[in-house]
Amino acid sequence: MSFILIPFLLAAAATPAELSTSKILTGGELRFVLPSEPKTLHPLQVSDESGELIRYLTSGSLVRLNRVSQKIEPELAESWKLGDNGAQITFQLRKGLKYSDGSPFDSADVVFTVQKLLDKTMVSPAAESFRPETGTVEVKALGPTTVVVKFPSHVAGVERLFSGLSILSSRSSKKEAVGLGPFVIAESKAGSFLRMTRNPNYWRKDSNGRQLPYLDGIRVEFQRNRDIELLRFQKGELDLVSNLEPEAFERLKTNPAVTSLDLGTSLDTTQLWFNQVPTAPIGAYKKEWFGSQAFRLAISESINRKDMARVVYHGFGVPAAGSISPSNIFWYANELKAQEFQPKAALARLQKEGFRLDGEQLKDKGGNPVEFTIVTNTGNKVRERLAAMIQADLRQIGIKVTVAALDFPSLIERIMRTFNYEACLLGVVNTDLDPSSQMNFWLSSGSSHAWNPNQKTPVTSWEADIDQWMRLQSKEIDPKKRKAAFDKVQVIAALQSPIIYLINKRTLGAASPRVKNLKPAILPPHMVWNIEEIYFAEGAGKVAK
Amino acid sequence: MKLRRIIAFILIGLVVVLLGTRWVAPHGYEQQFRDFIATSPTKEFPLGTDALGRDRLARLLYGSRLSLLLAPAAAAVSVFLAALIGGLAAFAGKRWERAILLATDLTLSLPWLFLILTIRGAMPLDVQPEISVLITFLALGLLGWAGPARVVRAGVKKIIASDFVFQANAMGTPPRRIFFHYILPNVRPLLFAQFWISLPVFILSEANLGAMGLSVSEPMPSWGNLLRELESQTSALEHPMQNWWLLAPIVLLVGVVSLLQVWQQRPKGSL
Repeated sequence: MSFILIPFLLAAAATPAELSTSKILTGGELRFVLPSEPKTLHPLQVSDESGELIRYLTSGSLVRLNRVSQKIEPELAESWKLGDNGAQITFQLRKGLKYSDGSPFDSADVVFTVQKLLDKTMVSPAAESFRPETGTVEVKALGPTTVVVKFPSHVAGVERLFSGLSILSSRSSKKEAVGLGPFVIAESKAGSFLRMTRNPNYWRKDSNGRQLPYLDGIRVEFQRNRDIELLRFQKGELDLVSNLEPEAFERLKTNPAVTSLDLGTSLDTTQLWFNQVPTAPIGAYKKEWFGSQAFRLAISESINRKDMARVVYHGFGVPAAGSISPSNIFWYANELKAQEFQPKAALARLQKEGFRLDGEQLKDKGGNPVEFTIVTNTGNKVRERLAAMIQADLRQIGIKVTVAALDFPSLIERIMRTFNYEACLLGVVNTDLDPSSQMNFWLSSGSSHAWNPNQKTPVTSWEADIDQWMRLQSKEIDPKKRKAAFDKVQVIAALQSPIIYLINKRTLGAASPRVKNLKPAILPPHMVWNIEEIYFAEGAGKVAK
Repeated sequence: MKLRRIIAFILIGLVVVLLGTRWVAPHGYEQQFRDFIATSPTKEFPLGTDALGRDRLARLLYGSRLSLLLAPAAAAVSVFLAALIGGLAAFAGKRWERAILLATDLTLSLPWLFLILTIRGAMPLDVQPEISVLITFLALGLLGWAGPARVVRAGVKKIIASDFVFQANAMGTPPRRIFFHYILPNVRPLLFAQFWISLPVFILSEANLGAMGLSVSEPMPSWGNLLRELESQTSALEHPMQNWWLLAPIVLLVGVVSLLQVWQQRPKGSL
């Protein structure tokens, strides 16, 4: 059995110096599966996980987030400088780089890309974080290797914005089909697979001056059924599997021919929230419950998170304290603790608010039985089990919960447009460490403000406070002051519990032992973020000269 | 005949046990024993527990009761509709026949899965699991008439063309009397046959819907969602003897459907 915890893996991972002296093989095709086909291959328009991964593997950005150290590192830009109180960033680009078709790369490409990104006809999801509330973004080339980007006001963590921005070619006739990434798309069959081959012009070299990537290519297949994916992985038809469910991970742990990887607590959250939209088509007395802080806190206290972590996640999860995972070391508010399971305290809290137990049924002060429906998406076993556990826990305090599993489009329709739901259980995938990426979620005017989106003015005073602290952290330059402001947001959210955070699961994956130099991380793309350094140990390739 | 009697005895015995599930099952189907997660069979849990610590035997009994009692109801609805529509097609003249056949072809070609998805999507969210499962089976019953209706139409046409109906017509018997006194009694065996053929189809349809997570909602068990659990139990399929208790739902489903199939096959020479 080879089960590796990442801290040990990192300690054991070869350093650059060791790598240069070791026997590295080049060649071979890395094979893995994605759950769905990318909706688009245009690097500026990707909006789904699959598209984002293909974009990452085939294009280059000015800077890159090191997924292990969680720090921004130079990529196409060899250095950068912040100016104008954080409202301006100047990049110094590397010289002599070429796109995959041989066309040259310089500052004109960066200017072209930023202008294209901000062009409203482009409909780029990536542009949302670039567009300021007021004013415009200006981009200017100060020479072939110098570019300056000016924002109307300070942007928190501005350099991070550029780590997800693929630089397009302004000259190539193949337009967005050429890239500066380690691989280029060679072949694709709709609904079946996508094959990438090594980019002959990739700029990065290893410490011995050998051109990267070591691999000849990557074959990504599209397969929704994770059980089939696992079977194929165990048969050796695939080299990697990521985002494993705990049950599948436990099964793989017993397989001696597989390296199981526990990457650590993920940034993702699983949460329950109540619909607080004033115009929602639900009973007035239910709106009153859902708008009550005491009711929400009582529900939170009645849920046994430790049992959830143990039973549903097989121990590969921890009770969540808030929107920020403990893995996000800098931004996690240490004073927050996950809510303990206290059904008696919850019942006492509810009784103070006028609720009373009538036999085994809890009733509100108007005599209405306390019952509600939780919607979640169909086909997710973990979520269905969590919902069943919430049902059982809340039954203990006399609350009857119905679970309705809906197909994803119907669910989105209800929670985003018609607001015809009472409570929702869903997970959120976080890909950014910085809380500025959560602006749209926390601001009361945000379209992703789950419990009551698109408010013209904040409905409650605590939401107004959250707005104020979120805006402050986004304008502040001093990291400590930003952290203090966002800590306030986390504390208010915990006190008011508009979102009841349940579990932070661990990121689990597995790899074939022949795949070497993996540096798995909790941030996506978990297993292949250092794709250019990954190589096969034996069989698949030839020794590098 | 002896074999049919034995099968009937087994099936009736099963239905009796399932009707008494409340007294037979050792625990409630939703009761979670969180310190006994996914255990092997013990005295307390004769078929072990599932991923949430729920008694597998209790869930199998309650799930079987639901599937085995509601599938006949759905089959009855579908055969009743088939008799009505098929009979009308055969009896009411060419224009009606053509219109009904068109409707039958249309129904057979409809993507019924999407229809059921739409029906479930349109249901109020606070509908109780019991009502939701009733609606699912009712939808199955309402959508399942087309195939049997064709068979009924062919059967009724054959009877209409028979000598005794010809004779009745010649004697000036009114059409209503011909329908109720000559045709309906003769088409009855055909309707029973269609009922028994539809029964396993509806059992499997619910199981298929459940396997996609579209049938009965948690925590209520049905054969469909019990079978769905097997998706992640590859070890049970690889080593069936060591994990026999995990296969109990599939063994029961295959057993019941096979018994129904054998039971409905009439001996050669009988009508």
